[in-house]
Amino acid sequence: MTGAANQKTRLAVTEPIWLRVLLTVLALTFLSLIVLLPLAGVFVEATRQGIGAYFASFDDPDVLSAIRLTLIVAAIAVPLNTVFGIVASWCIAKFEFVGKSLLVTLIDLPFSVSPVVAGLVYVLVFGVHGWLGPWLVANDIQVIFAVPGLVLATIFVTFPFVARELIPLMEEQGQEEEEAAISLGASGWRTFWRVTLPNIKWGLLYGVLLCNARAMGEFGAVSVVSGHIRGETNTMPLYVEILYNEYNFVAAFAVASLLAMLALVTLVLKKIIEWRFAGASSVVG
Amino acid sequence: MTIASTAVPGVRRSKAATLGTRRRIGSLRKETVLPGFGLTLGLTLLYLSLVVLVPLAALVMRSAGLGWDGFVDAAFTPRALAAYRLSFATAFIAAAINAVVGLIIAWVLVRYSFPGKRLVDAVVDLPFALPTAVAGIALAALYAQNGWIGAPLAELGIHLAFTPAGIVVALMFEGLPFVVRTVEPVLQDLDKDVEEAAASLGAGRVQTLTRVILPSIMPAVLTGFALAFARGLGEYGSVIFIAGNLPMVSEIAPLLIIIKLEQFDYAGATAIATVVLVAGFCMLFVINWLQRWNKRRSG
Repeated sequence: MTGAANQKTRLAVTEPIWLRVLLTVLALTFLSLIVLLPLAGVFVEATRQGIGAYFASFDDPDVLSAIRLTLIVAAIAVPLNTVFGIVASWCIAKFEFVGKSLLVTLIDLPFSVSPVVAGLVYVLVFGVHGWLGPWLVANDIQVIFAVPGLVLATIFVTFPFVARELIPLMEEQGQEEEEAAISLGASGWRTFWRVTLPNIKWGLLYGVLLCNARAMGEFGAVSVVSGHIRGETNTMPLYVEILYNEYNFVAAFAVASLLAMLALVTLVLKKIIEWRFAGASSVVG
Repeated sequence: MTIASTAVPGVRRSKAATLGTRRRIGSLRKETVLPGFGLTLGLTLLYLSLVVLVPLAALVMRSAGLGWDGFVDAAFTPRALAAYRLSFATAFIAAAINAVVGLIIAWVLVRYSFPGKRLVDAVVDLPFALPTAVAGIALAALYAQNGWIGAPLAELGIHLAFTPAGIVVALMFEGLPFVVRTVEPVLQDLDKDVEEAAASLGAGRVQTLTRVILPSIMPAVLTGFALAFARGLGEYGSVIFIAGNLPMVSEIAPLLIIIKLEQFDYAGATAIATVVLVAGFCMLFVINWLQRWNKRRSG
């Protein structure tokens, strides 16, 4: 092909340079206005009265207890949902059975439920006027307006994360390797630890990472079940709201900046895993 | 295991069905080798029921307990109707804007190269990772009358924060990655040969874009739209800080649920939550259907 003809074909399968520049500028402008500026705003607002005021914001026992509570809630909810995710994807990816697609849909269900509704359903089960309310009161167990309620609401909203990463991954990998291990005499457990887990570790880490980010940042669902008791049932996002509503903006944005840093660390790790993941699968493929 | 083995012999109709059967028999044999089906299925169903299904059933049964008239009275008050309308309209507008802008961003990320592209690609995922409350207060500060964006807009006489338009801004933030991440892989898999064929048959670039590329990515764009819309219907954290929350004007449905709950109006909260839940399930069906369509188109 001559240079001129080549040039003509290339022109026909891409846009003129001015349009390319225009579209790129449009995309970047929109991303800046809607996504990047809010992120930058968090750090600017948090340090508006200087670095000293920023760090002084953390010199508040309620902030420290909010941080501790967020860590506790995530430390219970994330491992539970991780174990569930592994168990569910073993069942779904390694076996054929009737009703499988229904089960997959049900696992995804929490994603289509409003966080506020997710919180409310637990109030209707465990609240004073709920199904188990009278029994819980009689036995002096508090779920709603207490830590167990926060954990349950967080489990609900983060329920599908690990399973939904692992199911397609394990389906793609098939059963051959596990079958080989089993027929060579390995036990089920040993097969899982030595064969399956190494194969899915990056996908698993990815799911756990997203699950954890959502668990620590959840607001709507925990807002319903929390009761907002200072120093007791406020997670970090909930305490951000309280500080903000009290016009204590520096402290609100200071706590928010910790959550924003968590989001940034999550994004960086996510990109690293995606990169490792792509590398690993290209080695396998 | 038993369920699957009893289901197999019945399937013997078309050629496709026979092929399906053969594959199933193949994996049936495999099932006998791999252990843990009963245990994992049992644990999955137990945990799913305890954490998700039983609590959701509690909501539906509470609602049913109100009776039809009681439910309608509680769920469709003028204030609740205004909240549904607002949630629906703002989610729809935000998703529509995101469908267009998300398509442009996905296009730019897949087709063009520019410095810092990997960074931009990472930024797209930020709304997935940033807690909604943080996004909410940041957007409110940014678009308020004295904010970085709000101040110049106020001089032009445009007020976004504390109006329904502010809700659209917050939902645009939350919904954007859904569109970009749904459209991106489809654009990547798009066969460039088809575009070249169209071009060599004399199609102009605009014609190729509208007649060749757009139809093949439309299912993905619609799926992204539906995902963003569904998210917007139930979104709470990012909205309440920027919304203004005036009853009948800028009060979204999830907020009304919380207000009813704080007033100990369990009937009202339950009824409104049921409407929101049903709307979410309807969107789940639409999205599943769109994704199947998407898969058929690209597969």
